[in-house]
Order: sequence, then C-alpha cells, then structure tokens
Amino acid sequence: MTLDQLPIGTPARITAVDWTVLVAEEGQRLRALGIDEGARLTLAYRGVFAGRDPLAVEIGRMTVAIRRVHALAMTVEPVSEAAA
Amino acid sequence: MSKMPTVAALVGNPNAGKSALFNALTGARQKIANYPGVTVERKAGRLALPSGEPVELVDLPGSYGLEATSPDEEVTRKVIMGEQVGQARPDVIVLVLDSSNLEQHLVFAQEVLELGRPTVVALNMVDLAERDGLTLDPAALEAALGVPVIPTVAVRRRGLTELAAAIAEARDKPERAQDAARPHVTLPERRMLAHQMATAAILSETARHRIHARMDKLLLHPWAGPPILFAFLFIVFQAVFSWATPFADAIDGGVSALGDLAKATLPASLLRDLLTDGVIAGVGSVLVFLPQIIILFFFILTMEATGYMARAAFLMDRMMAGVGLSGRSFIPLLSSFACAIPGIMATRSITDPKDRLTTILIAPMMTCSARLPVYAVIIAAFIPNTKVGPGIGLQGLVLFCLYVAGIIGAMVVALVLRRSVTKGAASGFIMELPKYQLPTVKDLALGLWQRAWIFLRRAGTMIFTVTIALWILLNFPRAEPGQDQVNASVAGTLANGLSVVLQPIGFNRDMSLAIIPAMAAREVAVSSLATTYAVSASDDEDQAAIALGDQLKSRWTLPMALAFLAWFVFAPQCLSTIAVARRETNGWKWPSFMLAYLFVLAYAAAGITFWTATAAGLG
Repeated sequence: MTLDQLPIGTPARITAVDWTVLVAEEGQRLRALGIDEGARLTLAYRGVFAGRDPLAVEIGRMTVAIRRVHALAMTVEPVSEAAA
Repeated sequence: MSKMPTVAALVGNPNAGKSALFNALTGARQKIANYPGVTVERKAGRLALPSGEPVELVDLPGSYGLEATSPDEEVTRKVIMGEQVGQARPDVIVLVLDSSNLEQHLVFAQEVLELGRPTVVALNMVDLAERDGLTLDPAALEAALGVPVIPTVAVRRRGLTELAAAIAEARDKPERAQDAARPHVTLPERRMLAHQMATAAILSETARHRIHARMDKLLLHPWAGPPILFAFLFIVFQAVFSWATPFADAIDGGVSALGDLAKATLPASLLRDLLTDGVIAGVGSVLVFLPQIIILFFFILTMEATGYMARAAFLMDRMMAGVGLSGRSFIPLLSSFACAIPGIMATRSITDPKDRLTTILIAPMMTCSARLPVYAVIIAAFIPNTKVGPGIGLQGLVLFCLYVAGIIGAMVVALVLRRSVTKGAASGFIMELPKYQLPTVKDLALGLWQRAWIFLRRAGTMIFTVTIALWILLNFPRAEPGQDQVNASVAGTLANGLSVVLQPIGFNRDMSLAIIPAMAAREVAVSSLATTYAVSASDDEDQAAIALGDQLKSRWTLPMALAFLAWFVFAPQCLSTIAVARRETNGWKWPSFMLAYLFVLAYAAAGITFWTATAAGLG
C-alpha cells in the first residue's frame, strides 16, 4: 500500500519510493528530512478539505508536513510496535 | 595570531533553536543586514570570549544539508566554505543540535564535521528534551563526534560560558586537514551513523513528545483546527483595535499638548505653522499608531516563536493549493500583514520560483500595518462604535472585513496569475512542524523593539521629510485674501488635476491629495490629511483644534469614506515595497506589472464601492 492509504497512527516502514514522479528538489528535501527507503514513520494528521491534503507524518521525533502526491509515491508496510 | 577578529558561525538544522541561542550569546547589540547580491538576512553580533576578546558571531540560515535547495541554504553553504562575498570564512563553526531531535540533526552535523574545520557542538534545548523524558549523555556524543559537546539552554542562559570557552579553545587548535583518503560518505550511511550515535547518546527515553501530540491533535484536527485558526486571527484584529486605544489616546494627548505648547510659546509666524501644522501634526498623527503596530507584531512574533505559524501553514496548504500556491506562501503572506517588505523577503524560503513570484506579486494586497492608520482614522470617524454581538464591535468587524477583502482579492489574483503569467507545474509542500514552545519574554521583547524601531525611524525620517515637503507645497504660493489656501497651492493644483480622474470614484480634492504622498509610505495619507486640514483651517483658529476625525466627518460623505477604504485595500504599495520587489525579482518588469495591476484594482474597487454605497442611499 502507499503512504496515502496508511491508516492514521499505524507505524510503518517505507519499502520503496518512486523518485521519478517527484520533482528533483522535492526528492532531495524529503531525503534530507530522512523520508527515504527504509525509514520508519507514522501518519499523524491529515488536512480537512477535499483530498485530505496535506499529510503530517511523524518520523523520529519530528513532525513533517508533506503533500498527497509525495505520499502516493511511497510504498509502505505496517510494522508492529515491538519491531519498531 | 592575525589581527582580524575571530569569526564564529552558528550552523544547524531549521528549528534547532539557533536564533534563541544567538540572542542569548550576543544580547541586544545585533547587526541585521543582507548578504550582498542576495536578500538573505545576515545576522551578526558580538560574543565575548572568557579572555574578554570579542568574537564576531554570525547566525546562518537553518539548513538540512550542504547541497542547497533554497537561496537560504546556498548562503549557509557558501559562508561555511568561505565563498560568500562580504563574509570572512568562519574560524570556528558552532553546530547547534536540538537535543530532542538528535538522530535527524546528526545527519547534517556529520556533513559539516567531515570538512575538518574547528567545530564546537551546542547540544541545545536539553531542558525540553528532559521535559519529553529524554536523558542524554553529552560525553558519549563527544566521543562519537570527536569534538567538544556543550549542553545548552539558550532561554535560561545555561551552558553559555562553557560554549564561549569551547569556542576559544577550538579557535586556538590547528585545523585538521580534510582527509582526502576518506571514502565518500553517502546519505544513507550518514543516516545510519546518526541513528547509532543518537541511540548511544540517549541514556533513557520515555513516552514521546506527548504534549505536542496532544496539542496537535486539537490544533491540526480536521474540523476543529481551521475554526480555531480563524477565531485566533479574529481575536488578533479585535485586539489591535481595542487594546491599543488607551495608549494611542495617551500619545495623541501628548502630541496635542506639544502642539499647543509650541503655539503658546512661539511668536506667530510661518515657521511656527510649519512646526505645529507640518511637523507635529504630521509626524504625531502617524506616531499614534505605534501601539497598534506593536500589538500586531506581538501576535505575529508569538505565532512564530510558539511554532503555531507552521501549523497555520499546514491548515492553509489545501486552500493555498486551490489557487496554485502552497502552505509555504502562507507565512510570507501572513508576515505581509505586518509589512510587505519582510513578507516579500520571507518568500526566499519558497523553493519553487513560480510560486515565489506569485507570492511576491500578491503580498502587497495583504493589509500591512502602514494601512492600519488609514483604516483606523476613517473607521473611527465614520463607523459607529456599536456592538453587533457579545464582544464584537462594529468597528472591529469592518476592519476584519477590509482584511478579508484583501485576502480574497489576493487569492483571485493568484488564481489568475498561476493560469497566465506565472503558469507552471503545481508545487509541493514539505515542511517540518517544529515543537511547541513557550516564547521567551526576552526574545519577544527584542523582536518587538527591532520592529518598533524600524517604524519610529520611518516616522522620524521619511514621514518627517514627506510631511514637510507637503506642507511647503500646500502653503506656496500664498493665497490671495479670500481665496482657499489649498486650492492656490502647488499641491492643490496637482490634486485638482488628479481629481478629474478620481472624481468618478468619489474622491474629492483632499483625498486625491492624500494618495500622492501615500506612495512614499501609506500611513502618510493620514498625516497628509491632517496637514491639509490644518493648513486650510489656519485662518480660523477654532477649527484648527478640531480633531482629524471630526474634520473628515464634516467634509466627507459615507460613500466617499468607504471608497477611500476600498482604494487602500488594493492601493499601490509604498516605494520601499516596490524597491524590495525589484531587488527580489532582479528587474523592473515584475514591480511595474505589480504597480499597474494594483492601480487598476484599487480604482475599480473604490469605484464599485462608491457607486454601490451611493445607490444604496448611504450618502
């Protein structure tokens, strides 16, 4: 499933990112923030209006706002709390 | 040792608490300017080493890596590498890390440390980490990084002496040569190392940032979040009007008393009139708005310091995306409510050039604090001070509507621009939401003082000069006996010519006259009206004493006043804004475009308001 489909509050790991659909600078910015293949994160909040955009993810002790287009490019798999 | 003063630079991720640390280390004596050629703010101050030797401390823009993705990050990279024009290469790098965000911040830290330069690490905000249940071991981190690690709490001035001592020590040590044989470290490797180092440095860790999560749950709630934001903004505008009144009245009283004193002590002459009608009436009428400006900046600075500004950007992103912008544009636009100049300069953080240009072009439509004096004086004169609901005054409501009109106008213009002149791919929105923090009184006071000083300096220089120039233009040539002085003057002749164009939208001669000097600074419109009415009333001493508000009421109709307000919602911005737009867009093309479209909008808005109000029988 993609990060966009991940239920709120479920810890997950990014297994793959399709960098080709993202603007180069945006990809670089995401990686600089640690949002990359192998990263563990939790979807924390979603916007209210149509499309429930943007999204806020918790990664480490940081909260980062991203757009749905970014989340759609990321494949994630839920991980159990114990493994995380 | 060389005679050049030692230069130290604060480097770190955004939200590492660099600015608070900078304020704590340097105190109030800061020099704020721009780096040459770019409009990235350069903040420098003085720090005393334990030996008493002064060090120039530079606060660099927050950065996620040496590979720059914005003009801000580019400056940080250039300064560190010693490539920035107008900035000596720093002798010591002070890496600022957020204690509760070590794993993230250690990634960029490694990149900086790999340069092999004399470096000291400030493990900042250790108190917040402790509050979050995080106990750190600075010694372990020091061993892992190979440079001194000093725990600091900028707001409580903890660790500052130790940090200064460490800077002195690092400066005197020889520079390590960059190890050429060292294999190139990739980002995933750095990240893995950062994870290891952070894990090793954390002694104990309990529940994660619960307070922030709980606050975000409410403030970012899909249904509760936006109403809370709007309620907050509404309170801000109510406060700007009501809290300031006693202070403004006091200043007003002081200015009148000074004018009376000058009138009483000086012999009657044209020079005395220049002093009382020109200088005191003109500058005084603008000075009265200092309390309102301070209150507005108080809220904007508080939003920034607490971390709520980023939440506002998050909540507004979807709406901004609707007009082709992103939540990132929200912060520059919100700053433009204070002044379009810092707002336009804040667009540097927008990475997409088309987004940035659009934001610059619409920023002047956000009601800046300089328009507040104009709104305030007209509203106070024409809108009755009645209550339309519990705690909601009609005057505050009208003010709120004027702000909303500017916002809606800006959104429509952005939508049109993004489909025409600034067409391009929709941009993204990636932004760290910093932890919530209580603002410190000292940082807030320092910020307010810097803003108030800019305003006072404007009042003392530009507004002072323009007011005197206007008074001279209004008083010469002198009128024949029985002739109106304003009509006879140079300014009156100009305004009479201009009012041919402006008459259809309800502007009388004095209003046409007021909008000319308002190009220099918008608040001058008020002092200009004050000067004009003081000059025209000078034959009749009784009338000169009548307050500006009453003067307006007796000379303008309600539709005229509303048209004047509508004009200022879109009014072409002041000269300083045009100058900053020229600098930010590297040419005259976009500022000219901005000027032209705003004139057209202002004319149309004032016209429509005047005709509608007249048709509705408000006249």
